[in-house]
Amino acid sequence: MTYKTILTLTCLMLVSGCSSSATWGWYVIDPTTPTGWTNIKFLVSGMGDTILISVIAAVISIVLGLLVALPGLSERRGWRLVNRVYVEFIRAIPLLPMLFWVFYGLPIVFKSMGISVPIDPFWGAIITLALSDSAFTAEIYRAGIQSIAKGQREAAQTIGLTYAQSMRYVILPQAIRRILPPLANQFIYIVKMSAFASVIGMQELTRRANELVVTEYRPLEIYTLLIVEYLILVLIISAGVRWLERRMGSDERA
Amino acid sequence: MQSEILMAAPAIELRGVNKWYGTFQALKNIDLVIEAGEKVVICGPSGSGKSTVVRCINKLEPHDSGTLQVFGQTVTNDPRSYSNLQGEVGMVFQQFNLFPHLSVLDNLTLGPMKARGLTRSEAEKRARHYLERVRIPDQADKRPSQLSGGQQQRVAIARALCMEPKILLFDEPTSALDPEMISEVLDVMSELAQDGMTMIVVTHEMGFARRVADKMVFMDGGEIIEQGAPEHFFTAPSSQRCQTFLSQILQH
Repeated sequence: MTYKTILTLTCLMLVSGCSSSATWGWYVIDPTTPTGWTNIKFLVSGMGDTILISVIAAVISIVLGLLVALPGLSERRGWRLVNRVYVEFIRAIPLLPMLFWVFYGLPIVFKSMGISVPIDPFWGAIITLALSDSAFTAEIYRAGIQSIAKGQREAAQTIGLTYAQSMRYVILPQAIRRILPPLANQFIYIVKMSAFASVIGMQELTRRANELVVTEYRPLEIYTLLIVEYLILVLIISAGVRWLERRMGSDERA
Repeated sequence: MQSEILMAAPAIELRGVNKWYGTFQALKNIDLVIEAGEKVVICGPSGSGKSTVVRCINKLEPHDSGTLQVFGQTVTNDPRSYSNLQGEVGMVFQQFNLFPHLSVLDNLTLGPMKARGLTRSEAEKRARHYLERVRIPDQADKRPSQLSGGQQQRVAIARALCMEPKILLFDEPTSALDPEMISEVLDVMSELAQDGMTMIVVTHEMGFARRVADKMVFMDGGEIIEQGAPEHFFTAPSSQRCQTFLSQILQH
């Protein structure tokens, strides 16, 4: 079958699905019926955990990413190597295997070290998302900081600023404008990847949709609503980022 | 705190300083003594190592061998060896290197506040004093990008002065400027010279050099070919390379 026939067939199937009431069962999420309303409430109430996991993971990743990026900017090869190894290693691990490793494996590592740190789905998801994302944020920071002309650091040095001071007052305030858009991109990525937390039993948006599908047998309608939920979440974040960018942009015209 | 800064010693003393970039030798056996209050102009063709000398003095570049002393204090590539000199050796760059995200005033107060521990009001008072001195007191609240090149370079000079340095280094301060703005920067530099600032200036402005310099240094291929008093330097340079260079840039 060619690409074209597949496309035509898919379109036909979709159209026939829409016109025939037999394949659609929107009643499962019809807010005018008591069952439909209960189902919607059940699905949407996963929003809190999805947001919480994503925000905490993003905050950790933003801090961790900077800490990983800084040695990557060092003049010393040893420090740069630390950055390289971390980024290459973490970046290479797919999210799902890492999630399994953190959730099922890490507690055993802790136990063997004599510390009992139970990792619940909530923190398992956060650790994985933050760790996995930090390799990417680290690269974003590094690119952003390196894009600031070397003369800025030199000028800061000649007026007696320490490395930390020149980062804090000269380099980062300039780099942040270039870093912010890709960083926001990563946040959207985290929100979407948080769906994997459903696999280890976190009752966020995706898990709830899965659970409802099992009892209601209406995957099309429920997963459609699930996608709309993510869409709304991401659109709100995008609007927030654009507002932030405008605000910072108006402060500075380089 | 390290030893007190010795004002009796030469301001800067380089003995046999060498520097390599990989296999390329950027500086060859540089010997240079600059007394406090002296104004030295370094000239030479591009790639001759003029900027590198200046950048080694304030440790923007490490040197590979030889000794460097600032006010009698030996400066190595270890930052601890010059931590008490931070801000004592000011620098003015070819590309100004002002901080574009800060106002002119904040550009000037940053160093005094963070490195010298001045309060904001003390630092602002000092900043306005030096803005007055470089003749742009009314631009304090503007962003650097709103100023002309000449004004930006004068802000950069004021920023260096706000640290009240004992030595001021200029790395081709007028090379990035439009011709009509060169004189306003050179005028400010001449005034500084009259006030007794120790200055090392890398420049091709030979008129300025003739007026201001106590000592001329000519470099080529990473070596100091000739150094001496300007009257001798301009009228009877002893080396052929220096004669050629001077005839080339004085033609125009």
